[in-house]
Amino acid sequence: MSRGETDLRQAIPRFDKDALHHEVGLSGMTGLTSATAIRSGRDALVIVAIAVVLVALLEFWLTVSDTPSYVMPKPTEIGRALWENFDLFRPHMFSTLRVLVAGYVIGAACGLFLAATITQAPFIEKVITPYILLLVTTPMIALVPLLSAKLGYDSLAPRIIVVALASGPLVMINAATGFRRTDLGKIALAKSYGASTLQLFTKIRFPLALPMIIVGLMVGAIFGLLTAVGAEMVGSSEGLGNRLVYYSSRVQMDNFFAIIVILAVIGITDYVIFFWIGKKWASWES
Amino acid sequence: MPIPGSARPLVTVEHATKVYDTGSGTVHALEDLSLSIDQGEFVCILGPSGCGKSTLLWAMSGLHPLTSGTITIDGTPVTGPPKQLGMIFQDANLLPWRNLWQNILFPFEIRRQSSAPYQERIRVLLDLTGLAGFETKMPRELSGGMQQRASIVRCLGFDPDVILMDEPFGALDAFTRDEMNLLIQKIWMDTGKTIVFVTHNVTEAIFLADRVVVLSPRPGRLARIFPIDLPRPRSIEQTFERPFIEQVLAVKATIERGHPAESRLAGATP
Repeated sequence: MSRGETDLRQAIPRFDKDALHHEVGLSGMTGLTSATAIRSGRDALVIVAIAVVLVALLEFWLTVSDTPSYVMPKPTEIGRALWENFDLFRPHMFSTLRVLVAGYVIGAACGLFLAATITQAPFIEKVITPYILLLVTTPMIALVPLLSAKLGYDSLAPRIIVVALASGPLVMINAATGFRRTDLGKIALAKSYGASTLQLFTKIRFPLALPMIIVGLMVGAIFGLLTAVGAEMVGSSEGLGNRLVYYSSRVQMDNFFAIIVILAVIGITDYVIFFWIGKKWASWES
Repeated sequence: MPIPGSARPLVTVEHATKVYDTGSGTVHALEDLSLSIDQGEFVCILGPSGCGKSTLLWAMSGLHPLTSGTITIDGTPVTGPPKQLGMIFQDANLLPWRNLWQNILFPFEIRRQSSAPYQERIRVLLDLTGLAGFETKMPRELSGGMQQRASIVRCLGFDPDVILMDEPFGALDAFTRDEMNLLIQKIWMDTGKTIVFVTHNVTEAIFLADRVVVLSPRPGRLARIFPIDLPRPRSIEQTFERPFIEQVLAVKATIERGHPAESRLAGATP
């Protein structure tokens, strides 16, 4: 029997209008999407202008102070490295993306499934949650040397496993917060038309949980990227993380920073994708 | 024992008792309440907060089982939500992720029933409630009154025989409330539906009802039934006239006998 049904039977009919606003999550949809929303072309222009000014100032200061490029390369040098050496970076970028996407899809799918099923049984949820928290708080990168030794230094598997283990629990914990919301009024409404348990899930509980699910997917994706890069730094022969270690050990700081720029672009793309998904599917909440 | 009515009873309640098990003990919400409601009748269930009037309504809707006693609709005992029944809740209860039109079609979706034969009916209802043209608006873009009107259209859309309303206008301001009461009266007179309407507002109950059923405070028992013979259609102006006010006073007297506000006040001050 689902949570909604048992709650409904035991509750004295009374509607708490604030039912939606009491949940505790790692973050709220509003915090991640609306607060930082760029509202007009002018906002965007100001942001770009500030970036241009900052980069120009950095370039100017590095030139005037005559800082050697192995300490801090100038923005133009980083730009040139990015342009000229991109063919060298590309296979590593695809390696990282492959690991990220594979690990994330596995982790997020498991996390979503667990969240949807576990929240139906409050007791099981209570028992499992501490273990999930353990997975969230333990840095999964620690597993990479062990997994690499077992599965091979060149294999993608250790990194995929670690990314899945890092992103899955985050997706799960946020999605579970969403599924735990029970608006008894809406459940009563659907039941008054004879809704089945499956319909209660697809028509009420899932849409109600969707904003938190999207938050979980967003946080999980960003955390997955961090973990993928970390894993490549400690136990892999390829990937952008591996290149960071490689270029810094060779003091090729222009290439090093070019890799950082690529990582920043991947991270921002992650964010923007989920921002738009949230705007499309969860904007009813803000 | 059910109280006999003039026409065919559509809804009967016999010896309804409901006990809630809360963490800190049991709450007797309803005790041995019997009632019979005729086809096409407008019945208001009136009583102070916590007298079990919502519990009674929810038991009729099949959402809350009774502890003991039976409820029948059209001769069939209620064990789950009956098909010929529509419910309107304390707040509009629109699904915020659906636009107005999708909200109105929600019952058809749950019942896996084509809405095509009902579309014309829904259009008429949208016109009647002044919601035509707002079909693609999201609930948060509508005022409280519009949301509640939308929930009325959602309920009437699939043409139920019995409509249960659980303090539907409690959250609205007084002006909107008057408007809604006029609207409900018009809908009732046009459609001849059987309506059971729960409220704690005496004026509203008398304005709408054929019969006002007054419940005593916890545990909810039948205190008295008032037939309201005021002519229809009733207007808001009528609520300030003598026959109406006499009714209000009579009903209030019954409520206070079960729940004596004056003696409570007198007892509080030595």
